[in-house]
Amino acid sequence: MSERAVELEVLRYNPETDKEPHFQRYALSCPQEWVVLDVLNKIKESVDPTLSYRWSCHMAVCGSCGMMINGEPKLACKAFLRDYRGTIRVEPLRHFPIERDLVTVIDDFVAKLARVKPYLIPKEPPPEGAEYRQTPAQLKRYKQFTLCINCMLCYAACPEYGLIPKYLGPAAIALGHRWNRDSRDGGREARQEELAATEGAWECSFVGACSEVCPEHVDPAGAIQQVKIESTVDWYRAHLMPWTNKQK
Amino acid sequence: METVSTDVAIIGAGGAGLRAALALAEAAPKLRIALISKVYPMRSHTCAAEGGAAGVIKPGDSLEQHFDDTVGGGDWLCDQDAVDYFIAEAPKELLQLERWGCPWSREPDGSVAVRPFGGMKLMRTWFAADKSGFHILHTLFQTSLKYPSIRRFDEYYATELLVDGACCRGLTAIEMRSGQMRRFDATAVILAGGGAGRIFPFTTNGAIKTGDAMAMAYRAGVPLKDMEFVQYHPTGLPNTGTLLTEACRGEGGVLLNKAGRRFLQDYGMGPETPRGHPVLKTMELGPRDRVSQAFWQEQKKGNMLPTQWGDCMLLDMRHLGEKTINERLPLVRDMSISYMGVDPVRDPVPVRPVVHYMMGGIHTDLRAATPLPGLFAAGECACVSINGANRLGSNSLTELLVFGRRAALSALDFVEQKNDARPLVAEADRAQAHLRELVQRTGGGETVAGLRKEMLQTMEEHAGIYRSGEGLGAACAKLAELRRRYRRIELHDKTNVYNTDLLQALELGSMLDCAEAVVQSAAARRESRGAHQRLDFPARDDRHFLRHSLATYDAGGPPRISYQDVVITKSQPGVRDYSGAHA
Repeated sequence: MSERAVELEVLRYNPETDKEPHFQRYALSCPQEWVVLDVLNKIKESVDPTLSYRWSCHMAVCGSCGMMINGEPKLACKAFLRDYRGTIRVEPLRHFPIERDLVTVIDDFVAKLARVKPYLIPKEPPPEGAEYRQTPAQLKRYKQFTLCINCMLCYAACPEYGLIPKYLGPAAIALGHRWNRDSRDGGREARQEELAATEGAWECSFVGACSEVCPEHVDPAGAIQQVKIESTVDWYRAHLMPWTNKQK
Repeated sequence: METVSTDVAIIGAGGAGLRAALALAEAAPKLRIALISKVYPMRSHTCAAEGGAAGVIKPGDSLEQHFDDTVGGGDWLCDQDAVDYFIAEAPKELLQLERWGCPWSREPDGSVAVRPFGGMKLMRTWFAADKSGFHILHTLFQTSLKYPSIRRFDEYYATELLVDGACCRGLTAIEMRSGQMRRFDATAVILAGGGAGRIFPFTTNGAIKTGDAMAMAYRAGVPLKDMEFVQYHPTGLPNTGTLLTEACRGEGGVLLNKAGRRFLQDYGMGPETPRGHPVLKTMELGPRDRVSQAFWQEQKKGNMLPTQWGDCMLLDMRHLGEKTINERLPLVRDMSISYMGVDPVRDPVPVRPVVHYMMGGIHTDLRAATPLPGLFAAGECACVSINGANRLGSNSLTELLVFGRRAALSALDFVEQKNDARPLVAEADRAQAHLRELVQRTGGGETVAGLRKEMLQTMEEHAGIYRSGEGLGAACAKLAELRRRYRRIELHDKTNVYNTDLLQALELGSMLDCAEAVVQSAAARRESRGAHQRLDFPARDDRHFLRHSLATYDAGGPPRISYQDVVITKSQPGVRDYSGAHA
């Protein structure tokens, strides 16, 4: 295992003792194959036990360790040292309040997720004693949107969310849309109120940064555009072809 | 101290905790439910389970066959009444998840697909590509948002159960955002806090799996059962311990030694099966304990591939082809490339056995009830026991659903019969005083990182795939010493907000208790069974040890080890046959 010198510049902020966030430098020697999370763990263990950050799975599935690394939203467990030269700057995810050091407050997303009704609203009751049938093609229509790990990288990347905190945001819209596209689901109308609202999909200016940073290759930008198209179709149906309106 | 009053408090919001919360919310809409977890629900380690969940659904399969595979796989240490209940409930639970929208992989006709898994005679493992646990967790979590009666306490670290005489009446927990302690007054408590894989240095388990729920019950006087049985998963990436699911072999991947030989045939799991056409319950589809033990034996013979991360075998999946790997094992491919720089489409992946799962845990009965009235447990932290001495892959995701629900129904029964919640103010104040003392202590000289390192070394050296009386004796002495030194631990960080120095100190306390229960139980079991292999007692000894071990906590010394008979209803202990001969 070849070692290399690593210098990390980490944003520190403890609301009890610091007036302002500030950077702290750590220089140490680490195996070349490590990820940034491994370096943070080494700092925590052998240099500075007061450094706080979230992590768990170390395999890019629990979504805990999202942070800004050299200005880009990344999972620290998948930010490989081999991809960085010079001092690596580590900061908490942008657009979220800092709770402490690299730990952010994500209450906003958690509340928004509940608002999009991210659960099955059945189109019809399930078959007696058996599963709903769903072909591989039907599964494929929504599968990629189920892969969201709620890591918040897309919110940190989204310029709209930075400007308008009320914006529902990429992950919440993609997750609402996931259920709309599920062949078992009949809840689209119930979700539209949030998804198709001004602060829902229409807030998006289609920069596409969310899809670029997604560590799971989900395409929230695509989901948002699909929501826009579908709600446009809804509008035309309601206004130009009123006879197709459903009985309410 | 701020308090929360609730009917049922659930500690842990992974698969078992969420399933319990949903069962309660559906069965009793007016019930007050507090779901408490040290992490947000979607961070729970259920998300890392890859392969799938077992349940009989396909024609040609039967409950009896799933029973036989499970009981034999567990080397007859399973309680057969519990296994019966588990097997019968399994398909219902998996179907329920389907009805909640879990994206199970499908057959062309739209029915749920199943895949082969180790130690299973038939294909009965439901899966969602190779992120089955992730999808189960997120389906449960998102569904739970439908129920306002489930009140969540995310990032609350539970410290102690509040016990009054002979009844559990709540708990204390630290709200991590403020560092303040809260008292939860609850008529019933369900523990669903997961396993303790982090007591070992090389593990598939995430950082959060520190045995907190196990330790909490243990300190409250509830025994830990069968703690000596620790599962090594045969195929982890050698540098990070990242799991490569058993489904790699279920789909047809093979294991090779450095000479390219499929060495499992030399350890009672032969004859060799055709590459790419796996035969169930033999060769690479043998059970995890046998495959990991074969690795160890082969390593002793010098037949493994030396790497910078230690000796490895090779997991060869090249013959599956890119399309199958992408469709069925996308995460495996991604992990192998990212962390090892090896693309399984093109090259065999070096792997070695890695600590994965605790068969043992909080002593519960068929109803998921512990001996302490008002306290229930489910999932990896509990031992009911359906896994015996060796769990079959894909039984644990199903287990957390079946027994998560069962714990909820038992807790509900308990609440309905005995609604006499009583605040234990003095006990909670004592818990707070303990915490203060820990934070403010100076001059102790011991550090979290230092003690943890010594614990990890001890477990790695003496409590691995093969163990000896001598090594376990040394480990028992070391753990006793570490527990003593733990009382002199000193924190660097004495602030309140999201203090992970404090959190890790508390987690270390949990791990030391669990680790001591493991080595003490292992030292007392003078036989080899399933995942517990003793070099000095190489045979299974049904006469003396067809029994569950129970480790009972002692604040001042090692646990007391006692035994309880295994429940045998229909399957008498026999020979575990994973040769191709049974086919």
